[in-house]
Amino acid sequence: MKRFLLLLLLLPFVAQAQESEMASQMRSDGKIYVVIGVLLLIFLGLSLYLFSIDRKLRKIEQAHNADLR
Amino acid sequence: MKNNWWKILSVLLISYSIVMGLLGPVPALPILYETIRNLYFHVTMWFAMLTIFTVSLISGLRYLNGFNLKHDIVSSEAAKVGMLFGCLGLVTGSLWARFTWGAWWVNDTKLNGAAGSILVYLAYLVLRNSVEDEHKRARISAVYNIFAYFLMLVFIMILPRMTDSLHPGNGGNPGFSKYDLDNNMRLVFYPAIVGWILFAVWILNIRVRLHKLLSQNQ
Repeated sequence: MKRFLLLLLLLPFVAQAQESEMASQMRSDGKIYVVIGVLLLIFLGLSLYLFSIDRKLRKIEQAHNADLR
Repeated sequence: MKNNWWKILSVLLISYSIVMGLLGPVPALPILYETIRNLYFHVTMWFAMLTIFTVSLISGLRYLNGFNLKHDIVSSEAAKVGMLFGCLGLVTGSLWARFTWGAWWVNDTKLNGAAGSILVYLAYLVLRNSVEDEHKRARISAVYNIFAYFLMLVFIMILPRMTDSLHPGNGGNPGFSKYDLDNNMRLVFYPAIVGWILFAVWILNIRVRLHKLLSQNQ
C-alpha cells in the first residue's frame, strides 16, 4: 500500500517526463534503443537464472560427493 | 568462477550480438529490409542445434566403444537440447517467412527437411523410452542416433541443395554469404554463432549434471 501511494505521488513527475521533448539517446532513431534494452534485460535475466541453477546444482553435487566419502 | 569463463563469454557474445545486431549497418535489400538482422538470431539457432546433435552422435559412438553409461546420458540429453534449438529455429524461421515469403509455412524442401529431422529425433526419444533395460536402451539409441544424425544432414544440407528452394543458400538460391553478408555483418554473425553454441553447451552441461545426480539418488 505504501509503495502504491509512493507511485501515486510520483505519477505527475513521470507523466511530465513523458511530455517533455528531451533529445536523449534513448529517444533518438525511432527509439530502437529501448527495444535493445528490453531484449538485453530479458536475455541477461535468463542468463542470471541459468547461473543460479548452475550454482545450486554445484552445491548439491558437492553435498552429494561429501556424503559418498 | 575459474571454470565458468566460457559461460560468461557466451553471455557477453550474445549480448554483443543483440546490441550490434540491431544497431549495426546492414545492406538495404528488397523484400528483406531490416529482417536481414534475423540472420544473427535465426541462423545461429541451427548452428547451435548442429553442434549439439554432433555432441549427441559422438557420445553415442563413445558409448558403443566401451559401454560406459555416462556417455549415454550425454548423448540422450544432447538430443533433447538439440531439439529445443531446432524447434526455436523452426518457429523463428516461420515468423521470418511470414513477412518475407508471405506465409507461415511454405512447402519447401528446406523447411520440410528441418521439420522432418526434428521428427526423426522425436522418434529417437520415443525409441529410448520404450526400452526398459538401460544398457539395451543405450545401445539401441546409440545406433539409431547414427541413423538420425545422417538423415538430418541429408534432410537439411543435401536435399534442399538438389532441388529448387526459397531458402537462401539452397538449390539455385545464393546464400547470404555470396552477396549480402558484408564484413560488417560478419563481425556480428560469427561471434553470435560462437555465443549461442556455448550457451547451448551450457544448458547441456546443466542437464547432464542434473541427470547424473538424479540417477545416483535412485
